[in-house]
Amino acid sequence: MGLELFLDLVSQPSRAVYIFAKKNGIPLELRTVDLVKGQHKSKEFLQINSLGKLPTLKDGDFILTESSAILIYLSCKYQTPDHWYPSDLQARARVHEYLGWHADCIRGTFGIPLWVQVPEEKVERNRTAMDQALQWLEDKFLGDRPFLAGQQVTLADLMALEELMQPVALGYELFEGRPRLAAWRGRVEAFLGAELCQEAHSIILSILEQAAKKTLPTPSPEAYQAMLLRIARIP
Amino acid sequence: MGLELFLDLVSQPSRAVYIFAKKNGIPLELRTVDLVKGQHKSKEFLQINSLGKLPTLKDGDFILTESLAILIYLSCKYQTPDHWYPSDLQARARVHEYLGWHADCIRGTFGIPLWVQVLGPLIGVQVPEEKVERNRTAMDQALQWLEDKFLGDRPFLAGQQVTLADLMALEKLMQPVALGYELFEGRPRLAAWRGRVEAFLGAELCQEAHSIILSILEQAAKKTLPTPSPEAYQAMLLRIARIP
Repeated sequence: MGLELFLDLVSQPSRAVYIFAKKNGIPLELRTVDLVKGQHKSKEFLQINSLGKLPTLKDGDFILTESSAILIYLSCKYQTPDHWYPSDLQARARVHEYLGWHADCIRGTFGIPLWVQVPEEKVERNRTAMDQALQWLEDKFLGDRPFLAGQQVTLADLMALEELMQPVALGYELFEGRPRLAAWRGRVEAFLGAELCQEAHSIILSILEQAAKKTLPTPSPEAYQAMLLRIARIP
Repeated sequence: MGLELFLDLVSQPSRAVYIFAKKNGIPLELRTVDLVKGQHKSKEFLQINSLGKLPTLKDGDFILTESLAILIYLSCKYQTPDHWYPSDLQARARVHEYLGWHADCIRGTFGIPLWVQVLGPLIGVQVPEEKVERNRTAMDQALQWLEDKFLGDRPFLAGQQVTLADLMALEKLMQPVALGYELFEGRPRLAAWRGRVEAFLGAELCQEAHSIILSILEQAAKKTLPTPSPEAYQAMLLRIARIP
């Protein structure tokens, strides 16, 4: 049994790990855990990961959560090209710096549009937060560099792209009026390859359609509670 | 000019970097930037760090923000003892895993009590009771996960020895503790962990690092806290609005 990855492509961090593994030819057995159905809160999955979160990596007895930890682990274990997670001290520090800020200002914020039926006041506040974060992303992290943490694609670009895809898939035109960011997106997607991006993004890109056609699964009772909690955390 | 660290010990990530540097004898020139006064949003500081956040490290022309990035950078550059940020792949992954979860469930959550009790009132803003309650629940939940998932029956959060994870967690938990929240009450495993980390760091260093936050309630009561600048005021309102 090789490496197993428990994931759901509806989720941004799952996509980041999926894309990274595929791009680098890392052999992974993929195990889909349906987030909308709430399978991540099922007894079976909680045995594997007591926090009930995706993605989760299983390397023999070693079980690892948190996409940034998984990405770094895989990049080192499989010795992926240096640019992803540079060995140079300062270049690597830039990736960590981005990931720290990302956790604060991007993670959470850009996932909110998927949670519908939230009071308008909160929706507005979220839009403002996203606008602000995009401004910082463009000015502070991108600047006039081709990529977020240096001259080449790093884990930072992958994490950021997948988070931004979430609201984009829901119809938010994040790249409108932001030519530098749009150009960055183009470069990252060109590097990853159109086919891989389409593959990884197909589920989230069809989510609105599924919701409209009412073909989304019904969340399980365990998931329902967790969803309510998540929605309550929306500022 | 050696390394400069811009910080304010009222803030948890600043304390984590301060303690780490001191414990490991890393030569840093400390530059206090008063968060309550809002100096981090001043024109001068924004020149150094356009995001206006603390801590910020300046190593010649290399300017680095985000405490986690700074800690990892310093641990590698100064080749601190391996246990802090182990070179073993899986051991290191555990540190990254904790830090990822920490950013999600600890970071914002445990900083809220300071806003509720000190910083909000300082600018005349009362955080609604409903939000205070929600925050207490979030903290309880996070502490449960911290104890069960990360500590378990291990001595430290990401392994058998102290790592960066323990330092980040301790400093974050100190925030509400300093404001009177008895986080360790009824949580003997977590209290024992805290004891071990503080014993490792040393009582003197802990006292030094914690003195400012431990006196913050007193300062607020005596009305000796500085008045936030206009630039800081806006940022504070925004931060309070972000409280779920």
